[in-house]
Amino acid sequence: MKFKLTFWKVVLIVLLAAGAYATFVRFFYGLGASTNLNDQFPWGIWIGFDVLCGVMLAAGGFTLTAAVHIFNIKRWKPIVRPTVLTAFLGYVLVCVALMFDLGRPYRIWHPLIMRNPHSVMFEVAYCVMFYTSVLSLEFAPVVFERFNLERPLKIIRAILIPLVILGVLLSTLHQSSLGSLYLIMPNKLHPFWYTPLLPVFFFISAVCVGLAMTIFESSMSSKHFGRQLELPLLRELGRVLAVALSVYAVLRFEDLYHRGVLGLLLKPSYEQGLFLLELALAIVIPLALLSQYKVRQSAGGLYLVAVLVVLGFVTNRLNVSITGMETSAGLHYIPKWTEVAVTGSIIAAGFALFGLAAKYLPIFPAETALAEPEKVGELPAEVALEHAGD
Amino acid sequence: MSKALLYDATACINCKQCEVACAEQNKLRYDDTVAAEDKQSDHKFTVVLAKGDKFMRRLCMNCNEPACASVCPVGALKKTALGPVTYDEGKCMGCRYCMVACPFGVPKYEWGKVLPRVQKCTMCPDRVAAGKPTACAEVCPTGATKFGDRDELIAEAQQRIRENPGKYVNHIYGLNEVGGTSVLLLSSVPFEEFGYKTDIVRDPLPMFTYRVLSRIPDFVPLGGILLGGVWWITHRREEVAAAEGKENSNGHNPRDSKNGRTR
Repeated sequence: MKFKLTFWKVVLIVLLAAGAYATFVRFFYGLGASTNLNDQFPWGIWIGFDVLCGVMLAAGGFTLTAAVHIFNIKRWKPIVRPTVLTAFLGYVLVCVALMFDLGRPYRIWHPLIMRNPHSVMFEVAYCVMFYTSVLSLEFAPVVFERFNLERPLKIIRAILIPLVILGVLLSTLHQSSLGSLYLIMPNKLHPFWYTPLLPVFFFISAVCVGLAMTIFESSMSSKHFGRQLELPLLRELGRVLAVALSVYAVLRFEDLYHRGVLGLLLKPSYEQGLFLLELALAIVIPLALLSQYKVRQSAGGLYLVAVLVVLGFVTNRLNVSITGMETSAGLHYIPKWTEVAVTGSIIAAGFALFGLAAKYLPIFPAETALAEPEKVGELPAEVALEHAGD
Repeated sequence: MSKALLYDATACINCKQCEVACAEQNKLRYDDTVAAEDKQSDHKFTVVLAKGDKFMRRLCMNCNEPACASVCPVGALKKTALGPVTYDEGKCMGCRYCMVACPFGVPKYEWGKVLPRVQKCTMCPDRVAAGKPTACAEVCPTGATKFGDRDELIAEAQQRIRENPGKYVNHIYGLNEVGGTSVLLLSSVPFEEFGYKTDIVRDPLPMFTYRVLSRIPDFVPLGGILLGGVWWITHRREEVAAAEGKENSNGHNPRDSKNGRTR
């Protein structure tokens, strides 16, 4: 096989090279040399983007497994695997990002034995740890199938449902808890974002982004891995997304109204612009688009909506973790190039790993599975399990 | 009995003896450059601020219910019964949540080091445990910084305000802020002038997160039963469909899952 240098491969190599140098600066010269963080502003994009957004973007994993395995929506089965893969890669990369951000990363295991159950961070640490393990088990059948490991495959099939339930519980807990992290700062976080409902908003938006990411990645996969686009399926996802977004929109409005913050919306300020941008990208434009029958039916329309929702909620997480904290800190934080380089190469690594996995592992077995429903031995684990009780 | 510090800005003469004693106690460098710095930092845990002939100290407030200790995932920061909020650098993994959570912006980080620590005034825990006053209180020549039982110091502060009408702002800073602190401040000028926020919440901050966190043990079994129940119900339909398919055996394939959904 010949190695062909494409545009995206060049981008990948450049990003990874910059990331490698930034990694060197980070671990040999410390956080001060590699970031624009300081005592007034101790959390930057490694927390705001890599961790908060990373976990959110991986939310498709629990959303889809719950829909298919718990709510028994079988039609969505073909997209479970790529979604679980995205989630698994997402969480692994979140852990990698944490190793950059922690002042003493070699102590990342400390919460295991030094427990403080009053700390949201402690809870998040445990959930992320357990959920990454759950995801690796949920993803394991793909690897076992690839290498024809029958016995471990059987074991996973036997425990799949409890595993999925555990995964959904853990996700619900830490997706919301990433919002709870900020509950302890009523005097620091700007009133646009500080609300007792932070955990609720983080959870619902994670579900929205989970659905949007599934649409996004199905569209991308059909484009780059030459696989058939499950358009009817994406249309259904689009409808669910419209409902989830509407619930979020109404709750968000009610929250602003009851806290008396609506008036602030009209006052020009640094926060106002970014808050309106967030609302427009995450809620207003996607809902306006989804209200159109033509958009809901077209692959391109759904793809656009998905991208907007993802960008909108990325803006939301950055607003909570950065924009909303700047006034109380008395400064504007702009990440250093090394911070951006690390984040950039983590994203690049995510795309590259997904591409590799899609190439070498049975991530998209749907077509063959649907074509030959009788050969149980060749079915993906999920399908086989469902037939086990017959 | 919880100990505390009472700092009366009207008695302060800006001699900076507290800064010197603090540096000595915590084995920090103290020279003319450090003396000139007017900010708390990883190498200066207390500062005396000056505005004309008005002075004000800044140091860790050692909150009664500290946000920093509540958010620390590994319990490196702890509130001791005697008052000091201590830091165990052997536990800290450097997540810096304490810095983000502190309402007074007290914990500082050794950004310049490869293996940094969180740094802050810990109210001389060893001295306090041995029954001695903090280094800053012991050295203070005018008694502006006074060490004692928190309750007695509050009574004394109230008495000073009462007996000297017009001398003080009618506010003991730290009496109620974030549920009360082990450092109490008296001043003749509004506290805001020295960067002390007065619109700060009166409830202990850990409550804000614990209200949510404490629900988790209840949520897990409930959520588990709910999800398991949904699974049981949604898959029961299929079993029924499959059984009916076998009874009728009208050429229905019981494995055809779509049958199960439509019934």
